[in-house]
Order: sequence, then structure tokens, then C-alpha cells
Amino acid sequence: MTTIHAERVYRGAAAAAGPLLFLDHTRRISLGEWVVVRCPGQADRRGQVIDAGTTATVIQLLDDTIGFRPDQAEVVLTGQVATAVVGEELLGRVFDGHGVATDGLPAPVGDAIRAIDGAPINPVRRAKPTDFIETGISAIDAMNTLVRGQKLPVFSGPGLPGLEIATRIVEWARAPHDEPFAVVFAGVGITARETRGFVERVRASGAMPRTVLYINEAAHPAVERLLAPRLALTAAEYLAFECGMHVLVVIADMTNYCEALREIATAREEIPGRRGYPGYMYTDLASIYERAGIVRGKPGSITQIPILTMPDDDVTHPIPDLTGYITEGQIVLSRELHRRGIDPPIDVLPSLSRLMGSGIGKERTRPEHREWSDQLYAVYARGRDARTMAAIVGESGLPAADHRALAFAEAFEREFIGQPEGRRTIADTFEAGWRLLETLPREELLRIAPSTWAARDAAKAAEHR
Amino acid sequence: MTAIITRVAGSLVEASPLRAALYEMAAVGERRMLGEIIRQRGDVATLQVYEDTTGLTTGEPVEALGVTLSAQLGPGLLGAVLDGVGRPLARVAELTGDFITPGTAADTLDAAVKWKFTATCKPGTNVAPGDILGTIEERPGMTHRVLVPPGIVGGVLASLASGEFTITDTIGALEDGTPLLLAHRWPVRTPRPFAERLTGSRPFVTGQRVFDLFFPVLEGGNAAVPGGFGTGKTIIEQSLAKYAEADIVVYVGCGERGNEMTDVLTEFPALVDARTGRPVMDRAVLIVNTSNMPVAAREASIYLGVTVAEYFRDQGNRVALMIDSTSRWAEALREMAARMQQMPGEEGYPTYLASRLGQFFERAGSVRALGNPERNGAVTIIGAISPPGGDFSEPVTQAALRVAGAMWALDASLAHQRHFPAVDWDTSFSLYAAQVAPWFTEHGGPDWPAARAALLDLLQKERELRDIASLVGPEALEDRDHLTMEVAALVREGVLRQSAYDANDAVCSPHKTHALAAAALALLRAGEAALAHGTVFADLNLAPARKALVAIRDAAESDVDNRVAEAGRTAEALAGSQPAVPARA
Repeated sequence: MTTIHAERVYRGAAAAAGPLLFLDHTRRISLGEWVVVRCPGQADRRGQVIDAGTTATVIQLLDDTIGFRPDQAEVVLTGQVATAVVGEELLGRVFDGHGVATDGLPAPVGDAIRAIDGAPINPVRRAKPTDFIETGISAIDAMNTLVRGQKLPVFSGPGLPGLEIATRIVEWARAPHDEPFAVVFAGVGITARETRGFVERVRASGAMPRTVLYINEAAHPAVERLLAPRLALTAAEYLAFECGMHVLVVIADMTNYCEALREIATAREEIPGRRGYPGYMYTDLASIYERAGIVRGKPGSITQIPILTMPDDDVTHPIPDLTGYITEGQIVLSRELHRRGIDPPIDVLPSLSRLMGSGIGKERTRPEHREWSDQLYAVYARGRDARTMAAIVGESGLPAADHRALAFAEAFEREFIGQPEGRRTIADTFEAGWRLLETLPREELLRIAPSTWAARDAAKAAEHR
Repeated sequence: MTAIITRVAGSLVEASPLRAALYEMAAVGERRMLGEIIRQRGDVATLQVYEDTTGLTTGEPVEALGVTLSAQLGPGLLGAVLDGVGRPLARVAELTGDFITPGTAADTLDAAVKWKFTATCKPGTNVAPGDILGTIEERPGMTHRVLVPPGIVGGVLASLASGEFTITDTIGALEDGTPLLLAHRWPVRTPRPFAERLTGSRPFVTGQRVFDLFFPVLEGGNAAVPGGFGTGKTIIEQSLAKYAEADIVVYVGCGERGNEMTDVLTEFPALVDARTGRPVMDRAVLIVNTSNMPVAAREASIYLGVTVAEYFRDQGNRVALMIDSTSRWAEALREMAARMQQMPGEEGYPTYLASRLGQFFERAGSVRALGNPERNGAVTIIGAISPPGGDFSEPVTQAALRVAGAMWALDASLAHQRHFPAVDWDTSFSLYAAQVAPWFTEHGGPDWPAARAALLDLLQKERELRDIASLVGPEALEDRDHLTMEVAALVREGVLRQSAYDANDAVCSPHKTHALAAAALALLRAGEAALAHGTVFADLNLAPARKALVAIRDAAESDVDNRVAEAGRTAEALAGSQPAVPARA
């Protein structure tokens, strides 16, 4: 299926620049075609056709080109597009950024071979994600609920625990019913230390037999970074849509991915867009992020948690910006909370889950979830404003209501967002939230309906009896 | 000699020897993928391909098709879900399964369906383009009018019969032999003709208080909705599609999320339109080109959308066209321009961005349609814009603002407080406010323009007072100022904020909007009266009035008047409150 035509060999390339190789006068060459480049006395290099033309063809090499002589190269056009082996057999295995096993075991035979670029899910065949995933993190469960089939990135900053939060979600996440689930992790340009940390935690949690790892470390070739997430998603799609598993895909770190994308675009002398990133970065990122979701009539799902590092904590930087436009919300980490020792340091105000509405409420979490979290948001936002104001006029200069909101904000950050005790059930999260709201006069809590207060009072009375 | 592919670079393909017309369609490669010729140089043609070109090989054949990209217009459009070039996605799914594979051919309209056509025109009459030949009850309550297609000469009607026809059957003919069918094609990049552009004074009633009251849009006007990610553009577009007063809604999901479209696809069929009693889907056409679908089709999708909208306008309907998001269309334009190595303008966008966007927005309008019987229709365009980093100084926002009649600027800090719609009342504007004031005065309430001005003034004052308070501390404010701030906060919470998730609040009639505005102002005046009697602000009990206002907001339409009466009583009580310590004379 992925074979387009027979293998052909060209001797000598016209030019080479960085990771790019230029061939003159080719015939029947395909966009995306997989290429093997042989050079006497050197290991084979792999590459992909990124611009196919009868007069000039551009090939992007995956391996480094030190010592490479274009005139002596033998370029083998394989007649295939980039593919990956997929199958349930991959669970528990570790691969590098282009799918070679690195765990010392033989290469998997797999159930099938798939093109790694995937194909868009037909929008009319998508099913609406509605299943609540209890992550055990209050800032997410209460305020930015994650649902199955969602793509919810973590916007981290240099030195902030983005990967740590994703790891915790892998360890803590509980699905509504105990269906088969799997984790697929793509490490993109991460450090060896991060890899080790993640793998150890996954092993310790006992999830390793249900996990597939694709690791491209910072020391590995940059071009490979463009492949690792695609390999991971190809493996995930097979597990989800053909084996019926619920797959959680974690990709870290998308910033490294985008840097690699820019590097290649610059090497191709393309017209740069904002901050030098290529103009098609939105489309390119979408081809990764959109590979999440649920297909109608199929039991499995793909939930995606990409992690990215905001350069200089700037949320308007093209990487978080374009990501935010594609994903269904974002979990934003705050340096200030981190500095104050609040763990996890999630800033709920700029965080958002767009699919929250369909995953919460009666029979999913609690009937009052929406108004309750809206109310927490409103008071906390007011408290944050009051904090800014207090910095100027002093706390004593604040009106009484602002004063209360400020105290609320402090407690909210310490007791609700921070959870040193570890995993919290959704019931614990609700109780913590209500406890904080009940420190305020009810007439200030305009978003809570009278009927909700009545239900809350009745429940409390019943508890006392 | 057949033309062959000589270069493939992303969605751009070069073929030679190929001489064809600009914007002519072509079948590209052995899979016959859909493409469009966008440049011709010597015998080399450059095409943009509407499908994924991975695996496309040099040497494969290309065939020019002799037609430009056109929309198939006729019965069967309502309720359809199309991709950017007009293929019904349900049909595509039948052919290729859950994932979209390139090279699928599928016509917009189903040629197998038989429609019951009732002729309203008699043979022997002289007909011209735009004349209504007859009608089809496409869906209960949705009459599809079959037109003499624009672009033909017209003449004496030789034959026309009522009966059951498919869209490929001939329903009649002109004396010169021109056959007449239920459907026709129209090139999407060419605006459909009309008899006359009308000025109009009727608003596009959105059902959202902040828009209807503060920043109204004229029916046949247009609005730009810029906002950073997470500011609620999509929720606004969807709320308008669901609740705004329009006969037909055309919703273009241009380069957006797949799951969002699923949301629309699950909600629209389930949601019953209060005015017709039928599902919203019955009056909707959805055009879906998600962000991971081919970029060239994204560029085409908005033109397909506006052509479908104009087609329904020509039948005498009021059509709302939602574009989510215009920025993705502009980016597609940029991507194609970069691949053609055109000289870039600002931020890499081609220099023709502003003119193309202007031409597109100008396809909105209130018109007298061509042909008999006389009828008026309108296309209102609401275009969401996704400025990078939420920065409105970027080229797409700026180009849109030069042509838009209204701007609904969405603000991230309001969104962070979960104040939705997160419309920034300081930077938003409407050029239509005066034009639609008489209509709102008649249907909302007598002092509509005055209430609008007073509330905008109140919010402006609040902002000033807040600035003062943040400089010198709140204790520097007088009681009057405290009251202003308190009521302004209530206006934000009770009037401007509107929950898309609350059954009673998701849509708001002009009457209820007016009632809320009036109640807030009455509360302000009552408070002022109490202060004038010498009551100090700290002793004012605003809680009952606050509650009464929120009760109006949360009331069902039928209950609004009762709640208004209740709010009136609380305001009176407030005005009459006596100083706790009698003021010194």
C-alpha cells in the first residue's frame, strides 16, 4: 500500500547544504519518498524527498552530514513513503526517533506497516469526547477538566515541571470504567536525564507493559524530531482504532520540535514567518495535534498531552500561540507559583479546557460543576486583582470585599491548587472548593444558583445526622 | 501530448506542457486529485492541489477540466456537511472510511434523490435570470425556490412541469432549447449578481445582549471578531449560528479543530429552533475544512461558503455566514504565495491580502434579488479572526477592520475571569448603531439608544475610577463613585455576561435585553436618590436589587415582565432608604 514504485539509484548529488541534498534531473520521484544515501566507508544515511521536481529535487537527510561528499554519494530512491511498524507487540518497547528498537530486543514484526503522516479523521466520523478523566490534580479536574479524546497541552517554562505534571497524569489518571488503556510517549529533543526520570516513573507505576516509548534525545539528529511524534501517533492510532484501547499520548517537548522545523525551513531558504518560524507551522502542528479524538463506532480513543516550553515564559511566542489555536485548551504553569512552592504550579486563570463542558455535570462529575468552578474563577480573579491593587495602595486600603477576595486567593493557591498530599479524588476536590467558597458571604457568590445552595445545605444536614 | 507533473512541493504542483485558463480546475495525478491552476508561464502551469500530495510523483498525468471551481447549488444543500471544495463528507466517509484519503470524487448534491417540484411559472411567460420557476418543500417549513440560473440569457418558457425530479432531470426548457434543471453551478470566486443593493435598517438580531445592545450589526452587514486563543470566538460563532435571527445559516469551519466540528454536528441536529420548531440543522449548511485537512481547500472553503449563502439570499432569505476563522484562510493564502515565491508583504502575507479580504467581506449585503417575483435577501458575514499572540496590530485583523462594519474585540483578561462573551467594550465598535436604533427602539424598548449610551458611559466611568483607585487607593473615592463602581460591576455580571450553557440565558430577546439595561439604570438612579437623601454608601443595601437583576437575567422569556416588576419594587425600596444616622441639615 505504501510502495509507490520500484527502487532507483542515482549516482552523485548536485549539492548538499546542512541536512539538505539536491539532485538534478530525476524521473518519477515522489513527494515524501524515502531515500537511502550511501557513501563509501560511511554508514548509510536516511532521508525524505521534500520537494520533488524533474529538474531539481530536494532531499532532507535525517542523519548528520559530517564528512559527506555529495559527488560520491549513491542516492537510492526506495519508492516508498515513510512508514512505521505498528501492533500490540510494541507495548513495553523502547525505540529511537526513527523507530529503531533501542531496548536490546529484536525489531518487532508488528501487525501492519503504516505511513507515518496518517490521514485526517473525517469530521463526520468523529465522536464527541464526553468521558471525564480523573487526573487527580484539582486544578485540572475542577477547573480545566480533561476528557477522553481531547488534546490538552501543558505550557511550561524553562525550569518549570511540565514533564513532571504529564508524568503524574500518566501515573494518576483514572478512566470512568476500567477499559484497556495504553501510554505512548514521544520524547522530542529531551535530555537523557528527563528520559531516565520519565521511564523510571513509568516503570515504578507498573504502566510499562502498557507503554510504548519513542525517544529522540537532545544529542540525536534534529531532523528526527520531526519524525518521533509522527511515529508515536501512528503507533497510537493503531492501538486506539484497531485494537480498541484508550491511548494517552504524551509528547515532550514540542518547542524542540518547532525549533527543528525552523532549522529545516531555514536550510531550505524558505521565506520565514514570525520569529523565523515557517509560515506553515500552524498547518504542520495541526497535522500532529489533530491526531487525537474518538472515531464513531470504535471503542478506542487518543488523548494527547503535548508539553511545550514557552521561551522566556512568553505565551504570545509563536510556539504556544499556534499550539493554543489548535489544541482544545491549555494548562499553563506559573513561575510565581512555582517559586512560592505551590505544587503543581498551575495558573488556572490562563488555563482552559474547551471540552470541559461536555465532560462535567450530572452523572459525570457533579451537577453544580459549571457554576461552582465559574464561581471559584470569579472570586480568584478578583483576589488576584486585589493583590495587584494591594501592592500599590497597601492591603489596608482595600475595600472589605476585595480584602476577602485576596484572602480567598491566598488560601485557594495554597490549599486547592497546591496538593502536597498527592492524588485527590474528584469528591475531595469538590469538598476543598466548597470549603473555600463557604468562607465568603453568600450574597457575593452571584454565580451559585439558590437551588445549588439548597442542595448543598441539604447534603450537609444529611451528613450531620 | 499529455501534460505531466514536473514538480511537487507541498500542495503546489507544476505541470507541463499545459496551457489552461487561470483558476481552471484540473485532475492531478493518477488518483485524479482536485487542483486549480493559479499561474501560467509559457507552457508550465502551476496548480494548487486541494488534497494531500504525499506520494504524488513527477511524470504522473495532469488534465485541465475546462471549468473553474464552482458550487453545485440546488435542493439538498440544507443539512449538508461539505468539505472545502464541496464534497459531502458523509459520502466521502462511505467511499473511503473513517479517514480521508485523497482523490475521492463526490458531487455536492445527491443525484438519486427525487424532489417534489411545484411549478409556479407558466409556459409562454418570458423569464429572465433570477425568476422563480417553482418551489420544493426541501424540509418541513423550508421552501427551496428554484431559480432561472443567473448567467443565462433568458427567454420565453417553452415547457415547465410539476412533478418528481432528480437534480439531473430536465424540468422544462426555454424556447431557444436551453434546458432547465433543479440545480445549477456557479463559480465560487465570482459574486452572484443581484438587482440592487439596499441600505436596510433592520439589525441582525444576535440574541447576545452585548452585541445587540452595544455593538449591533446590520442585517446584510459584517462584523470582525478578533480574539486570541481561548477568548471564545468559536462559542460566539456557534451561539450566533444557533440563536441569531436568520432563515439560513452557513457555517464555515476554516482550518479549525476537528472536535469542534463534531460539537456542531452533534448539537445542531438536536437543537430545536424556537421560531420554526425544527432542528437548527434543517436550516444550516456546514462547510468543514479542519486544520489538518489540505491547506488549499481551506483557501477555497470561504468562497464556497459565501456562494452558498448568496444562493439562498437570491431565493429571498436572510442568511448568516459564519467564518471560523478568517485568519486560517489568510494563512493558506500566505502558504501558497510563499510556495510560488511571491514577494512577501507584512509578516510574510502576500500584498494582495487586504484586497482579497475586502472583496470577500463586501459580498455581505442586503439586496433586492434578480428576477420576479420581487424579493429581498441578505447575507450577513461574521468573521472570526485569530491574531497571533492576541495582537490586533497584525495584518489580517487590520485588513478586516478597514472593511468591517463592526468589531467585536475579544479580551483575554475577561476570558480568564470567565466573563463570556469576552467582548472588550472599550475597543469594540459598531458603525451600524444609529442605523438600527429605530428598530431596537420599536422592538426592545422606547429609550433603547439612551439606555445604551448611559450604560456605555457608566462602564467608561468605572474604568476611570478604577484607574484612580489603583493610583491613590479606593478610600479617595466618594460615595457616588463607589455606587458607580458597584452598579457597573453588576452591569458586567448581570447584563453583559451571558452563559451559553444556561437554557434561559443562552439567547436573549431585545425585550429582555432592554429590561435588564433599564433595571440596571433604575438601580443606579435609585442608589443616587438614596445618597442624595443623605444615606451613606456603606449603609445602602444593594443585595436585594442585585438579586432581582440576576433574577431577570435567569428568567424565561415569559417570566421576564414579572421579574421586572419585582426589580422595580426593590429599586423603589432602595431609593427610599433612610439614612441610618439622620444627616445634618
